[in-house]
Amino acid sequence: MFRFRDRELGARIFERLKSLELDIRIMHVCGTHQDTLMRFGLAPLFRDAGIEIRQGPGCPVCVTTPRELEEAILLAESGKTIAVFGDMMRVPGVSRSLEAAKAAGSDVRVVYGIDDAIALANRGKELVFMAVGFETTAPTTASAILSRPPPGFSILCCHRTIPLALKALLDMGEMQIDGFINPGHVSAITGTAVYDFISRDYGMPQVVAGFEPLDLVMGVYMLARQIRNGEAKVENEYTRVVKPEGNRRALGIMDAVFEPCHVAWRGFPVLPGTGLGLKADFEEFDARKKYEEILSGLDTHIGEPEGCCCGEVLRGLMEPDVCSLFGSECTPEHPVGPCMVSSEGGCCIAFRYGR
Amino acid sequence: MCLAVPGKVIEVAGVTAKVDFGGASREVNVSLVEVAAGDYVAVHAGFAIEKINRDEALESIRLWKELIDKDVQVQGQGTRSQDI
Ligand code: SF4
Repeated sequence: MFRFRDRELGARIFERLKSLELDIRIMHVCGTHQDTLMRFGLAPLFRDAGIEIRQGPGCPVCVTTPRELEEAILLAESGKTIAVFGDMMRVPGVSRSLEAAKAAGSDVRVVYGIDDAIALANRGKELVFMAVGFETTAPTTASAILSRPPPGFSILCCHRTIPLALKALLDMGEMQIDGFINPGHVSAITGTAVYDFISRDYGMPQVVAGFEPLDLVMGVYMLARQIRNGEAKVENEYTRVVKPEGNRRALGIMDAVFEPCHVAWRGFPVLPGTGLGLKADFEEFDARKKYEEILSGLDTHIGEPEGCCCGEVLRGLMEPDVCSLFGSECTPEHPVGPCMVSSEGGCCIAFRYGR
Repeated sequence: MCLAVPGKVIEVAGVTAKVDFGGASREVNVSLVEVAAGDYVAVHAGFAIEKINRDEALESIRLWKELIDKDVQVQGQGTRSQDI
């Protein structure tokens, strides 16, 4: 709609990038960026210009832990209606997916957003919405909770937040990262100032970027420029959507409903302050409280699928096709891990566009 | 999942708006934004999450072209590294 596929400008930027003679590795944390990178064949062009781009933990379905998935499956098999985003359905659990639970008779529904789930609950169902997603999605959950849904409705809260996860990644120090491309639609909510401490404390250049090919190319150019000039600040490429202060109204609604909590991510240990829990006022909508007794039946330790390297892929340590199961035992038809299921998962995207 | 689709607001009634996505219109929850008919919005999971600023869209392309032109010129003059 806004001419962000200008090939000529894109080509000029690549030419510029090449002339900088770079040898850098940058990370983004968004499945949609990964999609743009692969769909439009940008990854090899960047590699030619000395820029390696890794996808970090930027796929909400993928970073949802095996335990959270088992919670949803257990609730479904205990007779609750479970509403989930489509990408969640086929993620393999310990012994089955939500899709398999549905095939075996459980009531599992795919919804487009939380409003659809509430509409189902309004018909008198005992319904649990699996609330997955980063700051882009969390305010939609918060807004729906504030509108006081029916008593049969509750959420299995799996929301996570990005800025402190970036810090945790850097603290883990598993590999050299020269800069971050920050996610445009998360940042539409959070604003750009929330990332300042990462540039300040870690000397890390960052650019918030949009999702059209030209957005990504320009975002990487701005980042390369910073790296080349020895700067470390937060720049905003996606000014048509992202404001420095973010979406104040959405942030206020999130604040009213959620408080930060500590939460594990798939492939990561517990990352302090990166989860969102319902505040005490909204406890009645917390499926973990409401169904505590049912959920107490879950094993304390729930592991990853055998042989799956999603953890390494999500920490940016490994390209998907290096996994020994990629394309053989693990395909979108027969996925072993979530990264091969979700349309934002690195493995699924690599498979689809034939990396 | 963090994908947001651009659309144009046709009319607003309370927290619901009718939004046009290139010919197909859908109801969208606008409780997270302040919008009026004619505004462009980014829509995710049934909610408008932010307005899209059209002028800014055109302006940013103009600014990028300028920046690239300037960078090319500076490099051409041999003042490398510090000031690309
Ligand atoms: S290819 Fe499959 S098994 Fe390997 S990391 Fe990806 S999802 Fe896991």
